[in-house]
Amino acid sequence: MFELEDNDNILEIRDLVVQYHTDEAVIHAVNGVNLTVKKGETIGLVGETGAGKTTIARAILRILQTPPAKFCGGEIVFKGEDIMKKTEPEMRKIRGDQIAMIFQDPMTALNPIEKVGFQIAEAIGLHNNIKKTEAERRACEMLEMVGIPMERYNEYPNQFSGGMKQRVVIAMALACNPDLLLADEPTTALDVTIQAQVLEMMRALKDTLGTSMVMITHDLGVVANCCNSVAVIYAGEIVEYGTAEHIFDYAKHPYTIGLFGSLPKLDSTDRRLSPIKGLMPDPTNLPEGCRFHERCPVATDKCSAQPPSVVEVSEGHLVKCFLAEVME
Amino acid sequence: MAALLEARDLKKYFKNPMGTLHAVDGIDFVLNEGETLGVVGESGCGKTTLGRTLIHLIKKTSGDILFEGVDASNPTKAELKVLREKMQIIFQDPYSSIDPRMSVSDTIMEPLIIQGLLSKSDRMAEVRRLMDTVGLAARLENSYPHELDGGRRQRIGVARALALKPKFIVCDEPVSALDVSIQAQIINLMLDLQEELGLSYMFVTHDLSVVKYISNDIMVMYLGNMVEKSPADELFKNPLHPYTKALLSAIPVPDIHKQVDRIIMQGEITSPINPRPGCRFKARCQYATDKCINPQELEEPTPGHFVACCNFKTI
Amino acid sequence: MKESKVKKYSYFGEVWRRLKKNKVAVVSLFVIVLIIIIALLAPVLAPHPYDQNNPSRSLEGPSSDFLLGTDRLGRDILSRLIYGSRQSLQMGFTAVIVAAAVGIFIGAIAGYFGGWVDNLLMRLLDIYQGIPMFLLTVTLAAVLGPSLRNAIIAIGVSMVPGNARFMRACILPVRDMEYIEAAQAVNASSTRVIIRHIIPNSIAPMIVSITMGLGMAVLAGAGLSFIGLGAQPPIAEWGAMVSDGRSYMRANPQLSIYPGMCIMITVLAFNLFGDGLRDALDPRLKT
Repeated sequence: MFELEDNDNILEIRDLVVQYHTDEAVIHAVNGVNLTVKKGETIGLVGETGAGKTTIARAILRILQTPPAKFCGGEIVFKGEDIMKKTEPEMRKIRGDQIAMIFQDPMTALNPIEKVGFQIAEAIGLHNNIKKTEAERRACEMLEMVGIPMERYNEYPNQFSGGMKQRVVIAMALACNPDLLLADEPTTALDVTIQAQVLEMMRALKDTLGTSMVMITHDLGVVANCCNSVAVIYAGEIVEYGTAEHIFDYAKHPYTIGLFGSLPKLDSTDRRLSPIKGLMPDPTNLPEGCRFHERCPVATDKCSAQPPSVVEVSEGHLVKCFLAEVME
Repeated sequence: MAALLEARDLKKYFKNPMGTLHAVDGIDFVLNEGETLGVVGESGCGKTTLGRTLIHLIKKTSGDILFEGVDASNPTKAELKVLREKMQIIFQDPYSSIDPRMSVSDTIMEPLIIQGLLSKSDRMAEVRRLMDTVGLAARLENSYPHELDGGRRQRIGVARALALKPKFIVCDEPVSALDVSIQAQIINLMLDLQEELGLSYMFVTHDLSVVKYISNDIMVMYLGNMVEKSPADELFKNPLHPYTKALLSAIPVPDIHKQVDRIIMQGEITSPINPRPGCRFKARCQYATDKCINPQELEEPTPGHFVACCNFKTI
Repeated sequence: MKESKVKKYSYFGEVWRRLKKNKVAVVSLFVIVLIIIIALLAPVLAPHPYDQNNPSRSLEGPSSDFLLGTDRLGRDILSRLIYGSRQSLQMGFTAVIVAAAVGIFIGAIAGYFGGWVDNLLMRLLDIYQGIPMFLLTVTLAAVLGPSLRNAIIAIGVSMVPGNARFMRACILPVRDMEYIEAAQAVNASSTRVIIRHIIPNSIAPMIVSITMGLGMAVLAGAGLSFIGLGAQPPIAEWGAMVSDGRSYMRANPQLSIYPGMCIMITVLAFNLFGDGLRDALDPRLKT
């Protein structure tokens, strides 16, 4: 843990490229992503279906099925060490212990035929050389921490509602006190009021435990709610990155602006939304130049000819757009 | 505005081994021509069942349905055929609502074939016109659903619903399975269609920001009951029922400066099976009093704004 | 119905494209087609009539006259094998088609309507399936009298419940799809919903099961003939030929081995092709 003192970046992804090779085509899922997660920070990874969000998370944990997935370059540095160079047994020690993941669907993340308490205790016992009773005690603590009375230790997942199951999943993820938590749409499957409860709880837990978190979501509302910084991802590239303030108040990339325009606002009186025209590009056949130019309202000839480079428009606010270069 | 659809004390109970599930438990409303009624609530509140019951996809348990002023509660087979030309539905999941074995044109044409409308040769022309109306490129007519993305599939669903030239469409979460940028496209399409064709919608959703956008009136449902109903703007400005208040405050707002103090509700939605009399929300309500064990009367504090809470004046 | 042809092509075209990539399936299909051709052209291909006795040349080894030798009555084994394919395929196909048609019908009704209809049909099948399948086949064949036709009926009847159950299981997830409701919302009749939407969307696993069933039926037919309840002499049938060869197992094992291999190859081809078909119909199942 000492080597971290002069480096407060818990995770650095550099030029990550991941493709899926199928019989028919090559799917360009992640195309050169750079991302840094600082200690204790919550970073929101925002994008639409097929943007490559989940692939990035799975790549960090190295749980992508290869094949069809294929790492084509880049490195993922976790606590100063490149995850891509780790052996599988080394990875197994990291997974669940130092990096944990919460999946979108709590139903599939829990084993239906084991008691929930046991499942948490098992996760703890797997990574800590402790007695069974000690693991059980810690599992009870975890349940209480996520707001489930420990009397429910011996119940099975089907006795829990969706929101409660997601709490159990979160308890399991946090059981080993990981340094990094990957949350892949943790509240998408939940009702609004339950989503509010779970988000509130996650925020409180994160503050107590100091865990860094990557929050993958398509919901800008969720991001506004709990993220310090935001990376907007489109067609496997991060098109805009900055603090929550940069993104929500000074969004520069036309795609980010378009995303906000697509949202119905509670306080607006307009009868029409201003959506982004067109569709997500086909990941097997991405457009040349800027990936967004075909849907971009302000695209010029230059945008279809060559890809824009990343520009830092203000400190810590990165934009991948020719327009930003001009503005700078 | 003439009333198009009216429901009076509509009920739908399901029997299951655990008891009787009160999915829709006494709903009244009037929907005017060309207007939209938004129905919001969490999963299990009966909003989907309500929509399906209104268009006779599910048989109601009791209550009356009036369509164009005529009783349509217990239609005969022949009456049902006519009714189904006028009442249609758009589904939530564009993946499961389109038959994967049928091409785009076959899917849109099916209603015309079943209802025996138009001659064989005119049907294809009508399908092309419908595809154009919903913004589907003509070259897609022989495509299959698996070749298309969610947004385009949902356009097929809209075109299929429009094929019979209905007056009323139940929209069952039509955008919640779509990406934000596509969501906005579909919402705009539905607004345009309403204007052009004078459609009435019942827009069922759990997403309050969407419903505010397109509804004239909004009905909030909780466990089969209507807890509040009001004009859309009024509901957002002045929510009266504690559940509506909690629901509104739970919406994650995409604005970092407007993080309101949330009313974090305790517990989760309770079971709609064999509910006890009285307010169904009381177990989660922070304002619950002894009075709440009595059945809740619907009150109308301001014209058009109904609320079913005995304590709404004091909270 | 020109349109439906186009549609079939696009779906089955896709399946065919995937199937072609699977070498085992292609080889199996080739073998199946080969057996079918042999069966169809048996009179042309066979060097001798299958029932031509040559008492003076019984139990001979391979020679230029009789490529695979002769049996007890001096009949040409090769010719009998070639003719035997007719009986095996006939039994397999007829029994399976009958069983599939009845099974799909019952399964579709039970699955679509649910409730008491489903309950009634399934309980009847429960009773039916309480009787061991092979025992049922043998009893039926014995009661109806030994003949090829009765063997087909016996095999077909014994395969119905499995098909019905399988079809019902395939239908249940499809029945709850929203496109079924969409069709009902435009007033589609139950018949139309079942034929146009439910069966096309649930038939894929059924096709695989039917293909595998062909192998089973061929085997069952051979089994019945082996115990004398199927094809009757002098008709050439592989199962009966294995049975005939039993007495000469020590001196002339080829009498049983050749027809046995024919049965094995046919059954294997159907099963492997069914396997390949499953992967092609539903690429998600492939691991």
